[in-house]
Amino acid sequence: MIDMSPNLVLVVAIGVLFAAGVYLLLERSLTRVLIGVILIGNGANLLFLVAGGAAGRPPIVGRGSGPMSDPLPQAMVLTAIVITLGMTAFLLALAYRSWQLHRHDEVQDDLEDRRIARLAAVDLLATRDTDIDVAGATLDEEAELARDETDEGVVVGGDLGGTDHARGEGGRPHASGDGPGGDAP
Amino acid sequence: MTWLVPLPVIVPLFAAGLALALYRRPTIQRIVSVTALSIVLVAAVGLLVGADSGPLVVDVGNWAAPVGIDLVADRLSALMLTISSAVTLCVLVYSLAQGEGEHERAPISIYHPTYLVLAAGVANAFLSGDLFNIYVGFEVLLAASYVLITLGGSRERVRAGTVYVVVALLSSVLFLVALAAIYATCGTVNLAQLAIRLPEIDPGVRLVLQVLLLLAFAIKAAVFPLSAWLPDSYPTAPAPVTAVFAGLLTKVGVYAMIRTQTLLFPDGRLDTVLMWAALATMVVGILGAVAQDDIKRMLSFTLVSHIGYMVFGIALSTTAGWSAAIYYVVHHITVQTALFLVVGLVERVGGSTSLSRLGGLAKLAPVVAVLFFVPAMNLAGIPPLSGFLGKLGLLEAGVALGTPLAFALVAGGVLTSLLTLYAMVKAWNKAFWQTPPAEVRPVRLPAGMVGAATALVVLGLGLTFAAGPLFRYTERAATALTLRSPYVVAVLPDGLRGTGISAEPTGGEGP
Repeated sequence: MIDMSPNLVLVVAIGVLFAAGVYLLLERSLTRVLIGVILIGNGANLLFLVAGGAAGRPPIVGRGSGPMSDPLPQAMVLTAIVITLGMTAFLLALAYRSWQLHRHDEVQDDLEDRRIARLAAVDLLATRDTDIDVAGATLDEEAELARDETDEGVVVGGDLGGTDHARGEGGRPHASGDGPGGDAP
Repeated sequence: MTWLVPLPVIVPLFAAGLALALYRRPTIQRIVSVTALSIVLVAAVGLLVGADSGPLVVDVGNWAAPVGIDLVADRLSALMLTISSAVTLCVLVYSLAQGEGEHERAPISIYHPTYLVLAAGVANAFLSGDLFNIYVGFEVLLAASYVLITLGGSRERVRAGTVYVVVALLSSVLFLVALAAIYATCGTVNLAQLAIRLPEIDPGVRLVLQVLLLLAFAIKAAVFPLSAWLPDSYPTAPAPVTAVFAGLLTKVGVYAMIRTQTLLFPDGRLDTVLMWAALATMVVGILGAVAQDDIKRMLSFTLVSHIGYMVFGIALSTTAGWSAAIYYVVHHITVQTALFLVVGLVERVGGSTSLSRLGGLAKLAPVVAVLFFVPAMNLAGIPPLSGFLGKLGLLEAGVALGTPLAFALVAGGVLTSLLTLYAMVKAWNKAFWQTPPAEVRPVRLPAGMVGAATALVVLGLGLTFAAGPLFRYTERAATALTLRSPYVVAVLPDGLRGTGISAEPTGGEGP
């Protein structure tokens, strides 16, 4: 059984790194978020060192006697550091690009979400169906206009012309094939 | 047969290097990437057949298993790998055809290497038998996806990409913390050895490890309430990129959940929580889809919603549930990718993806209409298509479990299926049947784009016809997952060391 009691200084350092990192992650500016990611990443790396057991043992070289330090967590930390480095470079480039385009590096909200929230606030539909936008406002008005067989090509409610038509004729059904403006004079 | 196992990782990685070196010669670059992904597909099919007679294990560098890294292809991995390589190849062909005559000249020279790295990362995540190597696979595919989602660096993509990158980084850190904690408790990150050692540790600590891993994977798989990043970031990317992300990236998270839940934490103590999460994912996701005006965003929401079905299957913790979940993953990868590719065609023809600006496409492009209609009905689960079969399997498994929560999930699944149908029919009516708001000029679609989309739609139909053998295969995979021993024995034949070379295990090593 190897000694797994962690070093208190490391544990406190990990706690501070994570707390500061989470605080920065919640900021709006991408640069601060980036620093937060770096802090949390380093906290995780330190966690791996704690996972490797107590410090101070000799590394694995040859066939020494007595307990030696575990090389695997160090190898994993190395991999994690390299990955964090690459991600940091990418985030920096992204922040720079954002600054180039917008003159700020704010992490913005979902625009579509905001649009739908606005529609919900004023109680509007997200989309309108053109085929249910009928000429008459009520069923009675629509029934007055509707013709199934005898309208000779006039599409009732099919386009905006239907609305103009009804208003122009005082709501009187009109079955000729004329356009809406045809009999205005 | 084992020599096939590393190929899906190595070949795309080498090809990526080659493609990067050949950035001045676009034609050769294209040949390299298509050849590489074709080789991966052939190797994956070989693995699919080979893994049916037992997991294939390779100790990388001939280092024995828990010391070195190992790659394992069991039925689950091989199936996921086959379907994902088929999808990546189709999307690559599609993007090649799209590149010709594209208005915005995407930096093609970086597209091919990045895409190949993405394929390698996905394959590595599927094949790895080592938790840390799964993390590396995740990072490889995520790094590639960061580049692909911000391709071109336009305003909208930088905005969406920022959210995506930050969320993905957070989930990676969570995964890393989980790994450190697992190593501290068990002294290993090898999946097979973890399967032996984890049951021996304190149940409370084990629960913490399980929660940490599930959180990391649930962000990647977009399980509600950790799914808000997905519908915001995916739709802004180019159509083929969105298609491959929708098909593969979330499914890698689902795969990791299946693998860890079955192999490492078979006691299923978080199943109730997972079931509630599945229910919320299904219902909230599909309600989001119903409200959308943009087809790409609508499809992103259905993607989130249908992840709920897979989590449902995982949470059932029965062989039938896992079998149906695996079948559903396979079905969903093909159908969701096909839909996104077809939406790319719709955008080409109609000039927009907004449902209020599209119209009359059924007359203008009947081929696209058929290509949209078939996978849309498949996604909604209309009999006899594969979506129906997958949902039927899940519902049967849920009824067989018989708890009130399982019945609630069955009801939620049916409701989600109906609402999916509603959202799909709405999109169909608006994009293909309503009178076009503006006159659209006919556009000639490149044969490669139509061909690739057709191939995926046909593959989705093929899953319907091959449903019998496929369901038997996933049942065998799920039985092996339930037993756990085939995987462990294949990796560690004597329970201590793999087949590679290593010094004799000495006493006092590890806690």
